Amino acid sequence: MAQPAVENPTSPLTLIRPTRGWVNLGLYDLWQYRELLYFLTWRDIKVRYKQTVIGAAWAIIQPFFTMIVFSLFFGRLAEIPSDGLPYPAFAFAALVPWQFFANALTQSSNSLVDNANLIRKVYFPRLVIPMSSVIAGGVDFALAFLTLLALMLFYGIAPTANIVWLPLLLLLALVTALGVGLWLSAMNVQFRDVRYTIPFITQFWMFATPIAYPSSLLEEPWRTLYGLNPMVGVVEGFRWALLGVDTAPGPVVLVSALAAVLLLLGGAFYFRRMERTFADVV
Amino acid sequence: MSRLVAIQAEGLSKQYRIGANQAHFGYKTLRDTLIDMASAPLRRATRLLRGEAGAASDLRATVWALKDVSFEIEQGEVVGIIGRNGAGKSTLLKILSRITEPTEGCARVCGRVGSLLEVGTGFHPELTGRENIYLNGAILGMHKAEIEQKFDEIVAFAEVTRFLDTPVKFYSSGMYVRLAFAVAAHLEPEILLVDEVLAVGDAAFQKKCLGKMGDVAKSGRTVFFVSHNMGAINNLCSHAIWLDAGRVRMTGAPESVVAAYLSEGAEAGGERRWRADEAPGNDRACLRAVRVRDSEGTVNATLDIRKPFYIEIEYEALKRLTNTRIFFELMTQDGTIVFTSVDTNSAWGEAPREPGIYVSRCEIPGNFLNETRYNINVASDVPFVEFVFWQNNVLSFQVEQTGGISARFSDKWAGVICPQLSWEIERIT
Repeated sequence: MAQPAVENPTSPLTLIRPTRGWVNLGLYDLWQYRELLYFLTWRDIKVRYKQTVIGAAWAIIQPFFTMIVFSLFFGRLAEIPSDGLPYPAFAFAALVPWQFFANALTQSSNSLVDNANLIRKVYFPRLVIPMSSVIAGGVDFALAFLTLLALMLFYGIAPTANIVWLPLLLLLALVTALGVGLWLSAMNVQFRDVRYTIPFITQFWMFATPIAYPSSLLEEPWRTLYGLNPMVGVVEGFRWALLGVDTAPGPVVLVSALAAVLLLLGGAFYFRRMERTFADVV
Repeated sequence: MSRLVAIQAEGLSKQYRIGANQAHFGYKTLRDTLIDMASAPLRRATRLLRGEAGAASDLRATVWALKDVSFEIEQGEVVGIIGRNGAGKSTLLKILSRITEPTEGCARVCGRVGSLLEVGTGFHPELTGRENIYLNGAILGMHKAEIEQKFDEIVAFAEVTRFLDTPVKFYSSGMYVRLAFAVAAHLEPEILLVDEVLAVGDAAFQKKCLGKMGDVAKSGRTVFFVSHNMGAINNLCSHAIWLDAGRVRMTGAPESVVAAYLSEGAEAGGERRWRADEAPGNDRACLRAVRVRDSEGTVNATLDIRKPFYIEIEYEALKRLTNTRIFFELMTQDGTIVFTSVDTNSAWGEAPREPGIYVSRCEIPGNFLNETRYNINVASDVPFVEFVFWQNNVLSFQVEQTGGISARFSDKWAGVICPQLSWEIERIT
C-alpha cells in the first residue's frame, strides 16, 4: 500500500494562493534577490549610453546647459536673488540633485513596462525593477557632481564641513524618486497614460522646487511647510552643505524626510497590492 | 520510506478578463454613451486606487484559463503536461512559478523552483555573451558564485567561446539560442518548470536539448514539462497530465494519457461534409464528404505515426459513371505534394458505377508519413475530358510522434515522409 505523501522538511515550502487587499512588503524575499538587484542595476548602467557618440557626457551636458540657460534668463535678465552666491553655482548645486531625481523618476516609472518580458516570464520580487533603475542613476549623479565641484573651484567656493550630510541628502532624493516611481510604475502597467504625464510631472515639479530661485523668498512658517515637497529639502540641503548658504535648512529637511518616507511607504504598499496582476496586464 | 511530495495543487483556478465588452448586446443610445464617457474615467480612477485589476477594461467579460486543477507530484517525478493550445498549460506553469497568482485554490511547493518559460529571458542585445550569462543566470535565480562555478561549462555547452566578448546582437540566431539554453540548462533547482523551450533551434540542437532534459530527469529532480512532442513525453516522463479547457482531463502513465489525448483528436475535425445544395460537382457526380479515420476506424485528425489510417472520400454518382476517377493529393503545410493516389488502384478498378452513394477509402500505412501536419486536396475527373470537382485543402490532419522509429533519437527527422524501410547489413571482409 502506498505510503501517504509527506513534505520534505529540509526543502523550503512555498504556499501559492490568491492574496487579497493589502499585503506585506515581502522584504525577506527582496533580500533573497539582492544579487538580481545588483545585476539589473549593473545592466542599466552598462546599457545606458551604449551606441551613443559622446556616451556618459550626456550626464553632464543636460544639467550644465540647463544651468547656463537659467543663469542667462533667471540670473541675468530676471535678476532673481541667489542667496548672495554666484548664480551659476547656486543653480547648478540644485540642478545636479534635481537631474538625478528627475531621471530616476522617469526611468523607474517606465521600468515595469520596459521590462515586461521579464515580468511575464520569470518570478522575482517586482520591487527589484524600479529600485534598480533608480539606483542606476547614481553614476550620472557622480559625473554631474564632479562637474559641480569643478564649478565651485572656478568660483572659489569651498564646501563646508556640512558636506558629511550629503550622502543622506542624496538618499532623500533617492527615496523620493523611488516613492513616486513605485506609484507611477504600478499605474503605468495598466494605464499607459502615465507615460505621457511623466514629462509634465517632472516639469511642473521642477518649478515647484527652489532651483531657479531660493526658498528664502518665503517667510516662516511657509518655508518649512514648503518642505512637504521633499525635493525642497534636498535642494536646500545641497546648497547648505556645499555652498554654505547660511539659511539653516534643518526644519525643512526634516519635513521633507518625513514626506519622502510616507511617499515611499505608500508607494511600496500600493505597488505590492498591484503586483499580483502585473504579469497578466503588462 | 514515505514518499516525499514536491507539488500539491488543490483546486487551482485562474480567471482572466478578456476585455471586450460582450455583455452589451442591446441598443445603446447616444445619451448612454455620453454618460458612460463622462463617468467612466472617474469609475476607472476609483478602481485603480482600490487596486482592482483590469480597471482599464470592462469587468464583465471573463474566461477561466484554469479551473479546479488538483494533483500531487512526488519528488523526482518527471511530469509531462499535454493539451491543445489554450488548454491552460502555460497558465499552470506561470502559477506554479509564481509569475501570476491563482484566482482560487492553492498549491504547496516544496523546494526551490526554477522556471524556464522562454529561452533567453532578459538577454540584452547590447551586452556581450559573457555579461549576458551573468545577467540571465541571475534572472533565472542563480547566485553569482554558482554562475562563476559553472561559467566554463556553460560556455562549452553553448559553443560560443570565440564570441564571448561580442555583444549578442551580433550573434546568429542559432548562437543566441544555444547560449540562452546553455545558461538555462545549468540551472539546478529542486523543481524545474519547462515550457516548450525545445521548440527552438535546429534539429541537432533540439536533440542536444532533449538529451539535457533527459539528464535532468535522471538526476532525481522534479521536472514539469509542457510539450506538444508526444514522443518526448513518452520517453522522458514518468507521469502525464492532460489539460483540456482549463481542467484536468486525465492523469496517469504517459503512454495511456498520450493515447487517450491523440484519440480525442476526433473532436478537432477529421471530417468535412457538404450539404446537398453546396456540394461540389456536376451532373455526373458530387462530393459529399471527406474523412480521416484512424486505425480503430474513428474519425480523427490526430494520428499515431506508428499506425495505419484511412482517407475516405464519399461521393454520389448521379448517373452511371464510366472512366471517372476519384483521387486526392497529400500535401505538407508548405504546399509540397507528397503523393497523389487514385481510387482506380482498387479491386473495383475502372468498372462503371451505377447511381448511388459510394465511399472510396485509401489506407495510408503506419511508419510512413513523418511527424507533421498534412493537407489534402480532393478531386474527380474524367481523364482528358473534364474535371467533376476539385477541392483544395479540404482537410488537414496531424501525424503525431508516439515512439515510432525516429523517436528513439528523441527528435523529428528531416523529411516529408519517414518510412520504415528494410535494411540489410553484410560483412564483406
